[in-house]
Amino acid sequence: MPNTSFSEIIQTRSGEPLHTCYFCQKCTAGCPVAYAMDYKPAQVVRLILLGRRDTLLRSNAPWLCVGCDTCGARCPNDIYLAPVMDVLKEMALEAGLAPAEKKVYALHQSFLDSIKLWGRTHELSMLMEYKLRAVDLFTDLDLGLRLMLKGKIALLPERVKDLERVRALYRRVGR
Amino acid sequence: MRYSYYPGCTLSSTGVEYGQSVAAVCEALGIELVELEDWSCCGSSSAHALDHELALSLPVRNIALAQPAGLDTLMPCPACYQRTLRADRRLREDETWRREMEALLGFAYDGQGRPRHLLDVLGHDLPAEAISSRVRRPLKGLKPVSYYGCMLVRPPKLTGWDDPEHPVLMDRLLSTLGAEPVFWSYGVDCCGGSLSLDRSDVVKALVGRLGAAAEEAGANCIVTVCGMCHINLDTRQQGTQIPVFYLTELIGLALDLPGWEKWLRKHFVDPLPLLQSLSLV
Repeated sequence: MPNTSFSEIIQTRSGEPLHTCYFCQKCTAGCPVAYAMDYKPAQVVRLILLGRRDTLLRSNAPWLCVGCDTCGARCPNDIYLAPVMDVLKEMALEAGLAPAEKKVYALHQSFLDSIKLWGRTHELSMLMEYKLRAVDLFTDLDLGLRLMLKGKIALLPERVKDLERVRALYRRVGR
Repeated sequence: MRYSYYPGCTLSSTGVEYGQSVAAVCEALGIELVELEDWSCCGSSSAHALDHELALSLPVRNIALAQPAGLDTLMPCPACYQRTLRADRRLREDETWRREMEALLGFAYDGQGRPRHLLDVLGHDLPAEAISSRVRRPLKGLKPVSYYGCMLVRPPKLTGWDDPEHPVLMDRLLSTLGAEPVFWSYGVDCCGGSLSLDRSDVVKALVGRLGAAAEEAGANCIVTVCGMCHINLDTRQQGTQIPVFYLTELIGLALDLPGWEKWLRKHFVDPLPLLQSLSLV
């Protein structure tokens, strides 16, 4: 089996041409969450090209990326980092590493479980699952309560009739 | 004018007033919406965050449901819109993948009908007079900043929006209603999106900045076309209490459609004192 480098794997899986990066750092300058990241977007690109796999799979940057695409819209070489960050998250999970932002992972996982269960998201059961997964029972309880009082969180889920087709899409990717 | 309609999950939960105002405004303007029977979730941010393949395939089921009618599908939620656009693009460009999806979901993709965002339809398909001639209550004194957020305009190569850094379509519609849109530089900045609960500190920081910027620009309200942006802006402002409207709520108010009071009562930042101070209600 050919020894494919870390950066090649990421470029293939994400489809983003990282090798064309000028390191102009516009991505970092425009990223709304860069301030909270341990490695900033342009640094992530550089670390990928340097093959720093272990550093990146433990970084919180991929988990904090919200996919706003500001980086890509402003990149002189049309490199979008959200798909790159998504590949890094997938690779961290594939490697069996604990997600660097456990609550972020807990929310995404609860969201996907909700779709698999009902075909649509059901906030109430999804948030309960999230609270248990994140071991965070009390944050924002007041907000949740006020949302319910305003009729903005439904008690009962809306269940898709042809759920089998939705689940077939999950089975296809081994979920 | 007739469209297939994909409301998405948010419009029956945290964005319930968005769903109600979209239905009322479209009906009043003669835009017929045919809701897709048995639609499912697009996967939103969480699917692409954890599984690229799942993210691209989940919207395909809805594309398949829209296929027989052959109409464009109107979507009020920018996340649903953008995720569905990505799936539609791959169906067009990746034949092997398309065949796999067709076999799995039991349909034949013909490329007729595209995902369209509500703002695009209101701003481009509808003649400007269709709205202006119906205005009963000009929104005089209302000084909104238009907030587009991320998913609607980016990535520009996918959405083809007028200007990804400074879109103007919403300002144009607001002027039609008699409002006086205010310039600001934050219309396509991010609200923190899906980090709302798991890293609320980030959302508070970003929304706090948006609230401060709107105030500094001299605006008295923020207008959005996104359920996620709305709940973040409506519940996470720091030190400001600026009312946040859905565009369709303001159209409904200007056209004096029944129901606007019920929609506005769903908000956390009460917009009624502002509307009363401007003698609009």
